[in-house]
Amino acid sequence: MSEPIVLKYKVTDGEFQHVGEASSSVKKELRALGVSPDALRRISVAMYEGEVNMVIHANGGTITVEITPQQVKMILDDVGPGIPDLEKAMQAGWSTAPDEIRNLGFGAGMGLPNMKANTDTMEIDTRVGEGTRITMTVNL
Amino acid sequence: MTVSSLSEKKIFETVSLADPDREIGSVFCCDLLSIAMGKAPADCAWVTVMSNINTLAVATLADASVVILAEGQRPDETVAAKAAEQGVNLFATPLPIFEAALKIQELL
Repeated sequence: MSEPIVLKYKVTDGEFQHVGEASSSVKKELRALGVSPDALRRISVAMYEGEVNMVIHANGGTITVEITPQQVKMILDDVGPGIPDLEKAMQAGWSTAPDEIRNLGFGAGMGLPNMKANTDTMEIDTRVGEGTRITMTVNL
Repeated sequence: MTVSSLSEKKIFETVSLADPDREIGSVFCCDLLSIAMGKAPADCAWVTVMSNINTLAVATLADASVVILAEGQRPDETVAAKAAEQGVNLFATPLPIFEAALKIQELL
């Protein structure tokens, strides 16, 4: 089996003007590799939601994307506050985003549900006070 | 209908025509970016009052063909420049969202 292509991105805290740049870059790379429009869209949506979450809640973080002919794996790591109640966080419409974020059109509580809906697998490893790692895969 | 042919109808002000040959497949209205991200169909004309830079990111990632800023919302210079740079087609109009959407729908 061929070695996966690995892309790494740093998501910077407080840079709401730049959120989405990592997702856009991944989308371009995958398009160049000939990934289907449907998979491209699902990967882009899931990763963008993750990026937004990292900026809103977790002081930024890193995203690692591993690409093989069979699948795209996205690993989102942050050293943010962790998710105290994961069950609630997974409910559509539940959000802890502050008002200034809501004013930008975010914070509808759709982030994690959108990520789950657009990926084939999603695992969340979160520890309060330490950080969160979300691993998502999309089959190609 | 392509975005370029919609631009030629002069119904809306054309702010950026960065990808003129994109086909418009449907019309979508939503102001919450979180919802638009998950629900906007690919190739849609997306009508919204949200004119911040994140609108462009959502349009790109969700594969909208064109964004129409309604209700007299104006893109600031950064947003207009970024639209051209990111290849996002961007129109503006004083029309309310529903009327703007209806005008596109009637042309599809």
